Amino acid sequence: MSTTTTPSPGASREDLARLAEHWGERPSLRAWFATVDHKRIGRRYLVTAGFFFVLAGLNALVMRTQLARPEAGVVSPQEYNQLFSMHGIAMIFLFATPMLFGFGNFLVPLMIGSRDMAFPRLNAFGYWVFLFAGLFMWASLPFGAAPNNGWFAYVPLSGEQNNPGLHMDVYALGLLFLGISTTAAAINFIVTALKLRAPGMSLNRVPLFVWAIVATAFMVIFALPALNLDNAMLFLDRRFGTHFFDPAAGGNVLLWQHLFWIFGHPDVYIIVMPALGIVSAVLPAFTRRGVVGYPLIVLSIVAIAIISFGVWVHHMFATGLPQLSYSFFSAASTVITIPSGLQIFAWLATMLLGRLVIRVPLLFVIGFVVTFVLGGFTGVMFALTAFDQQVTDSYFVVAHFHYVLIGGAVFPMLAGIYYWLPKITGRMYHERLGRWAFWLVFAGMHVTFFPMHLYGLFGMPRRVYTYRSEPGWAGWNLVSTVGSYLLAVGLLLVLVGVVHAVRRGRPAPADPWDGDSLEWSTASPPEPHNFPVLPRVHSLHPMWDERTAESVGPGATSDRILSEGRHTLFTSELDAHPERAVQMPEPTLKPLVLAAALLLFFTSMLFAWYPVAAVAALTVAATIAVWLWPPRPLEQDLKVVP
Amino acid sequence: MTSSAARSAGRRRRPRALPAVASLYGLLLLAGCAGNMPSALNPGGTGAARVAGLWWLLFWISVAVFVEVMALLIWALVFRRGNARVRHGQPLRFVTIAGAGLPFVILVAVYGVGLRDLAALGEAPGPDAPAVEVTGHKWWWEVRYPGASGATANEIHIPVGERVRVRLRTDDVLHSFWVPQLMPKTDLIAGETRETWLHAERAGSYRGQCAEYCGNQHAHMAFLVVAQPRADFDTWLARLNAPARSPETDTERRGQQALVQGTCAACHAVRGTTARGRVGPDLSNVGSRWSIGAGAVPNDAGHLGGWIANSQTVKPGNAMPPQPVDAAQLPDLIAYLRSLE
Amino acid sequence: MTGHGGVVAAATGAEALSTELPVGRSTGWWGMVMFVATEATLFACLLGSYFYLRFQYGPQWPPNGIGDPELLKPLVMTAVLLPSSLPVVWAEHGIRQGQRWRLRCGLAATMVLGATFLALQATEYAEKLKHFTMTTDVYGSLFYLITGFHGLHVLVGLTMIGWLLATSLRGGSFGAHRHERVRNAAIYWHFVDLVWIAILFTIYLSPRL
Ligand code: HEA
Ligand code: HEA
Ligand code: HEC
Ligand code: CUA
Ligand SMILES: [Cu+2]
Repeated sequence: MSTTTTPSPGASREDLARLAEHWGERPSLRAWFATVDHKRIGRRYLVTAGFFFVLAGLNALVMRTQLARPEAGVVSPQEYNQLFSMHGIAMIFLFATPMLFGFGNFLVPLMIGSRDMAFPRLNAFGYWVFLFAGLFMWASLPFGAAPNNGWFAYVPLSGEQNNPGLHMDVYALGLLFLGISTTAAAINFIVTALKLRAPGMSLNRVPLFVWAIVATAFMVIFALPALNLDNAMLFLDRRFGTHFFDPAAGGNVLLWQHLFWIFGHPDVYIIVMPALGIVSAVLPAFTRRGVVGYPLIVLSIVAIAIISFGVWVHHMFATGLPQLSYSFFSAASTVITIPSGLQIFAWLATMLLGRLVIRVPLLFVIGFVVTFVLGGFTGVMFALTAFDQQVTDSYFVVAHFHYVLIGGAVFPMLAGIYYWLPKITGRMYHERLGRWAFWLVFAGMHVTFFPMHLYGLFGMPRRVYTYRSEPGWAGWNLVSTVGSYLLAVGLLLVLVGVVHAVRRGRPAPADPWDGDSLEWSTASPPEPHNFPVLPRVHSLHPMWDERTAESVGPGATSDRILSEGRHTLFTSELDAHPERAVQMPEPTLKPLVLAAALLLFFTSMLFAWYPVAAVAALTVAATIAVWLWPPRPLEQDLKVVP
Repeated sequence: MTSSAARSAGRRRRPRALPAVASLYGLLLLAGCAGNMPSALNPGGTGAARVAGLWWLLFWISVAVFVEVMALLIWALVFRRGNARVRHGQPLRFVTIAGAGLPFVILVAVYGVGLRDLAALGEAPGPDAPAVEVTGHKWWWEVRYPGASGATANEIHIPVGERVRVRLRTDDVLHSFWVPQLMPKTDLIAGETRETWLHAERAGSYRGQCAEYCGNQHAHMAFLVVAQPRADFDTWLARLNAPARSPETDTERRGQQALVQGTCAACHAVRGTTARGRVGPDLSNVGSRWSIGAGAVPNDAGHLGGWIANSQTVKPGNAMPPQPVDAAQLPDLIAYLRSLE
Repeated sequence: MTGHGGVVAAATGAEALSTELPVGRSTGWWGMVMFVATEATLFACLLGSYFYLRFQYGPQWPPNGIGDPELLKPLVMTAVLLPSSLPVVWAEHGIRQGQRWRLRCGLAATMVLGATFLALQATEYAEKLKHFTMTTDVYGSLFYLITGFHGLHVLVGLTMIGWLLATSLRGGSFGAHRHERVRNAAIYWHFVDLVWIAILFTIYLSPRL
C-alpha cells in the first residue's frame, strides 16, 4: 500500500468530519429501525437477551415458590410444566447464546480494529429474527400454549398423540425460526474475524475473546443443523402424519435424542466458550499482565470445540445402549475436562503472577472460578456412566448445570457487564452497589443450587411439579427457594446498578481500566465509525504497546483512515496483510422487512394458514432478491478495467 | 515458584478447610441414611452399593482438587495485591502439569474404576433368576410376574438376597425405572424392551420413582420395591395367582356389585370377577398396597373415597375420569376395595 | 498486492481501492462457504438419520413390500443434474473475462437442466405416490423428506440462477471485476449437485447393497 502512504499525526479534522458524516446516523424513527451499526445491534442483543433472562428468571422464582413446600398448589401441573420448559428454553436459547452474541457483536469489531461486522445488514437481520422468534415463543405462555416438554422435548411425549395443542408446534417452529438468526450471526462472526482484522493482527495476536467467539461460531455451524432437522421432523410428524419418531410405523424414538444431543452437547460449550473468552479478556486489566499461556488457551478452545462433538451420548446413559458405546462416550467426556482444566490453571497462574486489582469484574471472575470448578467436577462424575445412571434426571443434574451455566456463563457475563459498561454506555458503575450485588448473587447462587446436589442424591427426580413430604426433601427445597430469592435480589441490584450508571453514573474516560485490547482505544461510547484511524497492531496487547499507539497517532496513514466513504479495511485471513478498502452498506429497512416476513411465515405455519405461509415465503424470496440486487457500478470501477 | 507456593498454600489452608468438608461429609451420611429417605447414599443392595462407593471416591477426589484450586486462589488473593510486583513469566510447565498432566492421571484412574462398576451393573442375572415384568403407563406402573396370571400395580415384591431380572416396557411415552437405594436408572423406551435387575440385601421397602419426564403427573409416578424373605415372597406370589378375596360382608358384596357392574370394570380388573379392564391398574389386591395413585396419596378409606369420587383433584390430569358413583354406593365400594388384600 | 499492482498504481486515492478487486477471498465467498458448510451438515444429519432408522428397523428394507427403488429414472436425473454444473463454470469464466454473453448463455443452460431435473422428479413422485406416501411408514417419510428437501434446494438454486440471469440482463451488473455474486451462486449450485450424488447412493443404491 506504499502508494497511499502520507504520514500525518492521526486523523485530521476534515477526516473526522467526513467520517462522522459517512457513519453517523441522524436520530429518527426510521434510523432506529434501519440501523446496521454493530454497536447498536450489540446493545440491543444485550438488552433483549437481558429482558428474556428476567422473564425466564421470574419463571424460576414461581417454580421455586411452588417447590418450597411439599404438595403446594401455587401452580397447576400444566402450568408448572410450561414454566420449567420455557425457563430452560429461554435461558438456553433466548438468553445465554444471544447475550454472548451481543457481547460479540459489540466487541469483536472493536477488538479487532474494524469499523463494523463483515455483513452489517445480515447482522441487523439476525437481531430482528432473534427478537421476533423470542416474542413468538414467549407470546404462547399467557395463552397457556407454551412448550411443555422441557428444553429437550423428548418424543413420543412431544408427539401429536401425547401432546395435542400448539405447545410443541411453538417449540419446533420457534427454534427453527431462531436458528436462522443464530446461523446468520455465526457466519458473520467467522467472516468478520477472518477478513476484517486490523493490519498486523496475525492469528497469534487475536484476542482470546475473539478466538472463543469464532470457535463458538464454528460449533454453531456444525451443531445447529442437527437441531433444525430434529425440529423439522417433529413438526412433520405432528402436523403431516410422517413417522420418523413413531415406532409403530418403523420410526425410532431414540433418533430424536441422538440428533438433539448432537446439537445439545456442543450447545452447552457454545454457551460457555464465549463466557470463558470474557474471563480471558477481563483478567489482564485486573492482574496487570497478559493471560498466561496464550497458545495453550487457544489450543484448549479449539480442542473443546472439536471434542464436544463426540460426547453427546453422555446425556443418554440411561437409555440402555450397548456398554461398548457407553465406554467410548464416557472416555470422551472425561477427556474433554482437560482443556477446561488447562484454562483454569492458566488463569490461576495469571493471578498468581500478576497484581490483583480487586474491582467488581474481578470479583465475578473469582466467583466464576469457584463455581465453575465445582460444576465441572460434577460433570466429570457424570462422565462415568455408572454414576450417571444413578443421578441422571435427578436434581443432582440440575445442580450441575446451574453451577456451570450460572458459574460458567452468567458470572463471566456479569463480569463483562461491569467491565464494559463504561465502553457501552460511557458511564461508570457504582462500585459499592456492584459489590453488594456480587456478594448477594454469589451467596444466593450457592444457597440455591448447592442443596440440589444433596436432594438429588437423596432421590428427588427433576421436573416434578411437587413432591410428597415422606421422602424428606422438604427442608432442603425450602433452603433452595430462599436462596433463589436472595439471588433475585442480587440480580435486581445488578439491574439497579446498570440503570444507575446510565442515569447518573460518572462519565467514563476512554480507558478507565488501562485495558490491553483495542476497544479501549476508542471513545466511550465509541463513535459510529469506531476508530478515526484503523490501528496497525504490533502485539497481543496492542494498548500496552507503544508502536500500536503510534500507528493511530503520528504514524497514521490515509490507507487506515479511509474517510472518503463508509469504508473499512479487508486484510488477509492469516497474517492480516491489508488487501483493500471496502464500501460498507448504508442503513436499510430491508433486514426488518425480511424478518417480519419470516415472522408471518412461522406464525401462519403455527396456525396452519398455509396460503398465508406461501405468500410470506414469496415475500421472503422477493425481499432477498431486492436486497442483493447489484448496485449500479461505480464510476471508477469502469475506469480501472485493465 | 508456583508449585512450591501451591504446596505451602495447600498446607496453610487445609486445616481450615477440613472441618467444613468433614461436616459436609457428616451431613451427607446423616441425611442420606435418615428415616425413609430413598437416598442413593444409603444403599440396600449391591447395585446401588457399587455406585455409592464410586460416589465417595469421586467426592474425595473433587474435594482434594477443589482444595488445591482454592489454595492457589486464596494465595493470590492474599499475597498478590497492593504493591505486589507483577511478574511477566509464562509458567507453561506449571499450567500443563497442574491443569492437564495431573488431571489426566486422576481421570485415567477414575475412568478405570468407573468402567469396572459399569461392567458390574451390566452383568445380568442368570436365566433362571426370578423375573418381573414392569410396564410403564402414564402415570402408574403395571407389574406382572412371568407364569403368574395376576397383576399388581406400583408395588414390586422381590425375594431378599436374590438377583431379580426386571423387564421394562412402556405402553406410551418414555419413563425411567429408578430405585435409588437398589439400582440406578434404566429408561423405558417406546417400541423396545429394556432389562435391569434388582437385588436387596436386607428386607424392607425401597421407594422408587419414574425419573424421565412423562407429562403432567410425572411427579406422582412412584412405586415401592418390597424385599421379603423367600417364603413370604412365595406366599405373596401364590396369592397373586389366586382369585381375589371374595366379599364377606353385605357391604362388601354391594361394593363388588357396584364395581363389576359400574363403569369401573371397563378399565379395571379384579381377578375372579367379570371385571377385566386393562386400562387402569389391576385392583385385586388394592387394599394392601402402599398408596393410591402411584404415590399420590396414602392408601386409607378417606383418600380412597376421594380418589373414586374425583381422582382429578388428587392427581390432576391422570387417566381416570371422575366417576359417577352415587353417594350411597361409595362407602360400599370403599369397603370392598379395602377388603381386597 | 502482487499481480494487481498495476491496478493499484493506476488508482490515486484510498477511494479507488474500494472497488471489488479480486484480492484474496472476499467476505461473500467466505459467507457462502460457511453457509454451504452448515447446509452440508444438515444433509449429513438427514442421511445419517436414514441409515440410523434403516438399521434400527431390521433386515427387511424398504419395509412393507415397497420394494427396492427403480434405478432408471434416478440415473437419468443424475445425468441431467450433474452436467448442469459445467455451464455455470463456463459462465463464470466468461464473466471474469467480461463476456456477458457467456454468462447469460451458461446460466440459461443450467436453468434448463435444473428445470428438467425437477420435472423428472415430479414424474417420479407421481408414480411413487401411487405406491406409498409420506404417511405410509417411516420409509415413505424418509424418502419424501430427503428427496423433497433436495428438490427444494434445487428450486432455491434455480431461483438464484434465474435471479442472476435477470440481473445480468441489465448492463453493468456484472463485469470482469464484478462477478462475486456469480461465483457465490455457483458454489451453491455445485453443492446442490454434489449432494445429489450422496442422495443417489443413499436412497437408490444402498437398499440394493
Ligand atoms: C455451560 C454449560 C456446561 C458446561 C461447561 C458443562 C461442562 C461439563 N459437563 Fe455438563 N451439562 C450442561 C451444561 C454444561 N456442562 C447442561 C445444561 C446439562 C443438562 C442438560 C439437561 O439434562 O437438561 C449437562 C449435563 C451433563 C451430563 C449429563 C448428565 C445427565 O443428564 O445425566 C454430563 C455427563 O457426562 C455432563 C458432563 C460435563 C462435563 C464432563 C463437563 C466438563 O466440560 C467440565 C470441565 C471442567 C472442570 C472439570 C473443572 C475445571 C478443571 C479442573 C480444575 C482440572 C482438574 C479436574 C479434575 C482432575 C477432575 N454434563
Ligand atoms: C443459563 C441458564 C439458566 C439460568 C441462568 C438459570 C437460572 C435459574 N434456574 Fe434454571 N434451568 C435451566 C437453565 C438456567 N437456569 C435449564 C436449561 C433448566 C432445565 C429445564 C428443563 O428441565 O427442561 C433449568 C431448570 C431449573 C429448575 C428445575 C426445574 C425442574 O426440573 O422441575 C429449577 C428449580 O429450581 C431452576 C431454578 C433456577 C433459578 C432459581 C435460577 C435463578 O438463577 C434465576 C435468577 C434470575 C432472576 C430471578 C431474574 C432476574 C431478576 C431480576 C433482574 C430482578 C428483578 C426481579 C425480582 C427481584 C422479582 N432451573
Ligand atoms: C377410563 C378408565 C377408568 C375408569 C372408568 C375407572 N378407572 Fe380407576 N383408574 C384408572 C387409571 C388409568 C388409574 C391409574 C391412575 C394413576 O395412578 O395415574 C386408576 C386408578 C384407580 C385406583 C388406584 C389404584 C392404585 O393402585 O393406585 C383405584 C382404587 C381406582 N382406580 C378405582 C376405580 C373405581 C372404583 C372406579 C369406578 C367407580 C374406577 N376406578 C373407574 C382408570 C379408570
Ligand atoms: Cu413416568 Cu415420569
Ligand atoms: Cu453434555
